[in-house]
Amino acid sequence: MMTTDAQDNLALCGRNIRKTFHRESGETINALDDISLDVAHGTLTALVGPDGAGKTTFIRLATGLIFADAGELKVLGIDVATDPQQVQDRISYMPQKFGLYEDLSVQENLDLYADLHGVTDEERGERYPRLMEMTALGPFVDRLAGRLSGGMKQKLGLACTLVRAPELLLLDEPTVGVDPLSRRELWDIILRLVNEQGLSVILSTSYLDEAERCGHVVVLHEGKLLAQGNPSEVSALAAGRTFLAVPPSGTPARMLQAQLLDDPAIVDAVPEGGRVRFVVHKGSEDEGGRMKVEAVEPRFEDGFMVLLRRSREGDKETKRQDAETRRQGDTETDRSHSLPSNLPISVSGPAVQVRDLVRRFGAFTAVDHVSFEVRRGEIFGLLGPNGAGKTTTFRMLCGLLPATSGTLRVAGADLRRARASARQRIGYVAQKFSLYGQLTVAENLDFFASAYNLRGSRKQERIRWALKQFELDSLTELPSGQLPGGYKQRLAMAAALLHQPEMIFLDEATSGVDPLARREFWRRITALAEQGVTVIVTTHFMEEAEYCDRVVIMDAGRVLAQGTPAEVRQRAHGEGEREPTMEEAFITIVEDAREHNGSERGAAA
Amino acid sequence: MAVLRSKRHSVSGKGQRVWSLVKKESRQVVRDPSSIALGIVLPLVLILLFGYGLSLDVMNVPVAVVLEDPSPDATELAASFELSPYFDAEFLTSMARAQQLMLARKVDAIVRIRPDFGRRLVVGDAEIQVLVHGVDANHARIIQSYAQGAINQWAARRTAKGQAVFSGPVTVQNRLWFNEANESRYFLIPGLIVLIMTLIGAFLTSLVVAREWERGTMEALFVTPVRPDEILLGKTIPYFVLGMIGLALCLLAAKFLFHVPFRGSVIVLISASMLYLLVALAIGLLISSAFKNQFVASQIALLVTFLPAVMLSGFLFDLRSMPAVVRVVTYILPARYYVSLLQTVFLAGDIWSVVLPNAAVLAGMAVLFLVFTRRATQKELV
Repeated sequence: MMTTDAQDNLALCGRNIRKTFHRESGETINALDDISLDVAHGTLTALVGPDGAGKTTFIRLATGLIFADAGELKVLGIDVATDPQQVQDRISYMPQKFGLYEDLSVQENLDLYADLHGVTDEERGERYPRLMEMTALGPFVDRLAGRLSGGMKQKLGLACTLVRAPELLLLDEPTVGVDPLSRRELWDIILRLVNEQGLSVILSTSYLDEAERCGHVVVLHEGKLLAQGNPSEVSALAAGRTFLAVPPSGTPARMLQAQLLDDPAIVDAVPEGGRVRFVVHKGSEDEGGRMKVEAVEPRFEDGFMVLLRRSREGDKETKRQDAETRRQGDTETDRSHSLPSNLPISVSGPAVQVRDLVRRFGAFTAVDHVSFEVRRGEIFGLLGPNGAGKTTTFRMLCGLLPATSGTLRVAGADLRRARASARQRIGYVAQKFSLYGQLTVAENLDFFASAYNLRGSRKQERIRWALKQFELDSLTELPSGQLPGGYKQRLAMAAALLHQPEMIFLDEATSGVDPLARREFWRRITALAEQGVTVIVTTHFMEEAEYCDRVVIMDAGRVLAQGTPAEVRQRAHGEGEREPTMEEAFITIVEDAREHNGSERGAAA
Repeated sequence: MAVLRSKRHSVSGKGQRVWSLVKKESRQVVRDPSSIALGIVLPLVLILLFGYGLSLDVMNVPVAVVLEDPSPDATELAASFELSPYFDAEFLTSMARAQQLMLARKVDAIVRIRPDFGRRLVVGDAEIQVLVHGVDANHARIIQSYAQGAINQWAARRTAKGQAVFSGPVTVQNRLWFNEANESRYFLIPGLIVLIMTLIGAFLTSLVVAREWERGTMEALFVTPVRPDEILLGKTIPYFVLGMIGLALCLLAAKFLFHVPFRGSVIVLISASMLYLLVALAIGLLISSAFKNQFVASQIALLVTFLPAVMLSGFLFDLRSMPAVVRVVTYILPARYYVSLLQTVFLAGDIWSVVLPNAAVLAGMAVLFLVFTRRATQKELV
């Protein structure tokens, strides 16, 4: 009796929840496997985990939109399975796609949800100004939601859930695909709601730095609950095992990081501020002793990686095997990835040269006098918030879009004019999955190999190489549309590398990819760069800039800063503070530029 | 106390929620160019197209009249081709030239009046040769009968004047007896109403629920106090109104543009149209809820509602001339009953023995499909 009372006082209480889905192929997926968790009122709880962890499934269960196969789930003391409507009357929910009507204005969207929730006129009079103040959408009330920027849409989506005071607010990946500036604003709003108004919030995220800001975290992985509690408890898992190492001078941090990742004694390694942050396995703490290292406080991400590694069966064993296959793959690569001799190597000079590049779409200038150079064999990053002009620049570089004015040379040629020959030298991976979903992995590779004029034994050899290099051997007969996210991206990269390009363009390759897959992705990029392939990437994960030799920061079509990651961080370095992270530096640079450009630009945005 | 408050709230809340959804949906219709195109522009285009462009009548057939006999009788006969509204006659004296024109398809028929026509007419066995371009068999048959009509008129005029009529092998067949005004518009316009109501009712609505699924708004809508029946009402009301606007446009066009006779009562017409519109709306919403994908839903709506309404409703093609199997299929099509109702109300009047059974079937279908649609609309993601 007593326990039931206690349970009823929780915002959410789940016991032994199971949920399975069936794929078309007949495969059964355990989306949630025996999950039990409690969420107290007035707290901010984050469901953290990579793609496919079960976060969205859990949130949908809590909203009564789907029902569990087993277990009990009470939301606000109500059994969701038996009375979903009563729960839906009292909670607010923002799905991943925001739930906005794009052809309604900001005001009309708010009014619709206020009507549906039965909010009275007096309540609106009191709440609307506060929502407008909080979201800074005041000047845009008459604008159609479809014409807001991504960050503004997200804020409007949040505002629509707050037209009345919900007893529990559920947000499904509220910050996915949002640039760092908008992400920070959204978090300020959420934290204010929790701290000042005592709102209960459950959100899901794959950004690990966000989890750190929550009172309570629930770590999910492949449907299993790995840990729950205060984020510091997760961080503590990596306590005493987290170090920073300085790479040998003259080499980029990613080289050392790659070496460390391949070391079976090491759980995780990422480049950070020109150094490499790494976590070692328990019992391998002395490993750090081999190098010049500095012990540091663990972050949430470090603890999280420990959890993920631990959850993989036979932990160390697989890790060792992974490293083994990877090494084999590398030697294979070294042998076969040398540039074909019959291809005229476009002599010296920069790989990419862009001068005063402009692209207008009607009255809108997407790319505004952009100039930069990419050297051969470099990893070059184009960084910027949504709508910065990264993809437009990319398309012009690849010859997919004509420039309005300015000059650009890629591998010594303007791809717009000298397409056929120059195209052979580049590989392009588009932002969206652009392979044929109905064709199998093997058929896709075969098609792209033919498209690049590969024939006979050479074609077979390249396809074998791609399957091995990207570990797709076991999946050749699966239609590529059914591949898990990370594998799709691997296949896309494999297809782009079949013809051994000198240069590869990757547009937002890691968006929507979980931390593990991202590390894998960068490990491959590092390997490619070692072989002399020039890599040009766009990303809005600022920490990924640390893998690059040089970066350009763009906003609203203009270049705001360029240089090595260290130089860029330096630019944003305030007096006497600690050195900023790449993300902080980015935010400072973009904000400074926006302020500098005056308010008329912001109003026109 | 809490229960009391929430009860009261839900009663007044229901109306407010439905009204709010109706407002939202109407705004979307007004702002979405494709809704406007489908709901208003397309009906207008169809009205004009069907009213002016599409006609099953054959008029102004180019015909070469080869007049080889200069006698007054022959000239008089040739003149009757010139006077006919169905023919656009060109007079020639050379058969060779006429054949050239026929081969070039400059003319669709040749009427040859032989040199001995006048002489043989007196004897009573005069002959006229009519050659028709036979590529389009249907067209050719109509021309043939028109030619006979023209000849018959000439013969009739002669009889009236007390002159002798030739007794050729030609049998008289008057095409005009089944289409007194010779206007296919008269039965095309009622059919057009069926098409427009189907377009708005089923095709347009097949998009609207699927769109909410695709854009993720349905998910957000579900997690509010809104009930499934309210969502359905919110979808039905605006498109019902739109359908009625389409009906009004058609009726106005029928009356003032095409002067189609209207022999029944407006009340019967509107009631029947409301019933059919409900059936169409329910089918559209059912398809949309079931497939949750705009492309698939629109294709299916086209296949199961619009195309059958064109082909199998009896609007263009006579049901009685269809193979038995196809005819059986037509019985499950709501459009069939509506076409039958409309043609009766327009051209024959309120004939209750036709109106009532058809209306009853439509009412039954409306109830059936509305129940299905309500069942298909559950607050659950699959």
